[in-house]
Amino acid sequence: MTHPLLSVEEVVVDFETRAGKARVLDHVSLEVASGEILGIVGESGCGKSMTALSIMGLVPDPPGKVTSGSIKLEGRELVGLDHESLRRIRGKDIGMIFQEPMTSLNPVFTVGEQIAESIRLHENASPKAAMARAVEMLRSVEIPEPEMRAKAYPHQLSGGMRQRVMIAIALACRPRVLIADEPTTALDATVQAQIFDLLQDLQSEMGTAIILITHDMGAIAELADNVAVMYAGRVVEKGRVETVLSAPEHPYTKGLITCVPHLEPDPPIEREVLMEIPGVVPALTELGVGCAFAPRCAEKIAQCESAKPALRASPDAHLTACWVAEQEAGR
Amino acid sequence: MSAGSRNSALVVEDLKVHFGGGSSLFGPKPTVHAVDGVSFSVPAGKTFGIVGESGSGKTTTALAIMRLVHITAGRVALGDTPIGELEGEDLRAARRQFQIVFQDPYSSLDPRKRAGEIVREPLDLMQIGTRAEREAKVAELFEQVGLRPEQRVLFPHQFSGGQRQRLGLARALSTEPDLIVCDEPVSALDVAIQAQILNLMARLQRELGLTYLFISHDLGVVQHICDEIAVMYLGQIVEQADRVTLFNNPQHPYTKALLAAVPTVHGNKRDRRNRTRLKGDPPSPVNLPTGCRFASRCPIAEVRCSKVAPPLEDRGDGHKVSCLLV
Repeated sequence: MTHPLLSVEEVVVDFETRAGKARVLDHVSLEVASGEILGIVGESGCGKSMTALSIMGLVPDPPGKVTSGSIKLEGRELVGLDHESLRRIRGKDIGMIFQEPMTSLNPVFTVGEQIAESIRLHENASPKAAMARAVEMLRSVEIPEPEMRAKAYPHQLSGGMRQRVMIAIALACRPRVLIADEPTTALDATVQAQIFDLLQDLQSEMGTAIILITHDMGAIAELADNVAVMYAGRVVEKGRVETVLSAPEHPYTKGLITCVPHLEPDPPIEREVLMEIPGVVPALTELGVGCAFAPRCAEKIAQCESAKPALRASPDAHLTACWVAEQEAGR
Repeated sequence: MSAGSRNSALVVEDLKVHFGGGSSLFGPKPTVHAVDGVSFSVPAGKTFGIVGESGSGKTTTALAIMRLVHITAGRVALGDTPIGELEGEDLRAARRQFQIVFQDPYSSLDPRKRAGEIVREPLDLMQIGTRAEREAKVAELFEQVGLRPEQRVLFPHQFSGGQRQRLGLARALSTEPDLIVCDEPVSALDVAIQAQILNLMARLQRELGLTYLFISHDLGVVQHICDEIAVMYLGQIVEQADRVTLFNNPQHPYTKALLAAVPTVHGNKRDRRNRTRLKGDPPSPVNLPTGCRFASRCPIAEVRCSKVAPPLEDRGDGHKVSCLLV
């Protein structure tokens, strides 16, 4: 990956809360090239969605603030841009799909109008031309009878159709980067599979870079090229999907893979006890000096509680922030 | 008492739950066939899973067994208790034997009550034991589900999602039921927390001999926790088998498509393109097709499929399939 399309470098986001300052993102670095899918995984509260919001320039300010770091789209710095410039980038260069298609669509406008809106705003198209493009977009997201559906209101569509409309809105101006924040969480398995197929197809046609935020390691395995695992606002492991999934180094990544009962074509007759990650994600206001995962980690050593481990490259070229992994590699 | 009910904790026969119907000012109201002729039995101490997509009727089946929706037709019995026929005070008293754990631990606990009171409430309502005995029972339940007894004085918002689901389990266990209906008990929880609750449920079953009816859309979870699994589509069971057979030898085209739709950590980008995909959404449960309900989305459907409704037949060893073509 020589020229990342989008690069997030050492981004720090702080929130002022009544309980004190919370470091929501702690020196997060990510990059995605065009035509690639980057997966971000982690539990709720690990900073996945906040990473997306900081890329979109949508960190709620106040109480939040991008304290330091840089986010570059094709070399252009996004941090610190004024509202008007950011507004031109959002929807045009960077599109976003949210988790809940019902609450993200406006119930009082037809879906055609909602797709046409971004085309009119960003490309100065006439209302008529914008609506024609909207119908084309509905067709490209495989909605049957697009002319008729464009006149439908969100409540008249099923959950899967609404998510297709969200994708159509996000892709209407052919963005270079698409951020999909848990795009299928609210959908059934067979519909989820259709949406994933659609994302892959559109990506190979348009060369869009996709950032896929999910908690499903299966979706990462089948869709993403690269993966970043986040915990308590930090990236704790990242690399090629094949490497990270087949040889995870961080105990949190290992836990995320083994604590979920995966569907097996040949299930064992004797059931095993599932691996557990004990405890919960810590409150960001209560992080100590050590590794944030240490209180839940079965492998921790003394060092883990005294200093935060940095991301370090392993021989198979993926990065892990873990003292134990570092010690084992040094041996 | 028939021979079947002695070793079956739960027996459901030809259960139907229809909503709507009748007429209103604006003409006849449509009937929604939410559950349409479902039969199964669950041996005591076992876990029976129902999987299916939204609108398949799995939750309505669970609610009908809990007597939380009106049963249109059919029989539901728990051991010797004809749950489906009880009314009024008899039904209320019988509720000791069957309890439910809901999907969303955030909305199913009263935010104004302390945790201890929430867990004690069923004991109060059923007037079990003295006040001191109830308090002791609550403390014991807290330990049983992995909470500290001193946490009884906290309010629900002071617990994490996983802990709240532990409270939901403690509340369900308080009346020492035989059957616990679990409606998507881990779907609202973070992935790392799901394992904690699933392991807890398995341990409680071993220790207390509980029977579970487990409703979920997550096939991985169902495969892990259930002994026998039924796949529902549009109000009917289309396939039913034990957990090993269903996953290594699925017969119904819908089951196959459902299994193929789930991404797994063993998969990769290349294989996912070579799988069969279902098109579209399920038809509406209001205007049901005459033949097989899956025919409109089925990749192998023939003309006769849309004319004749296939019966759910035993294909050997209790593996039941409703399909004309397999």
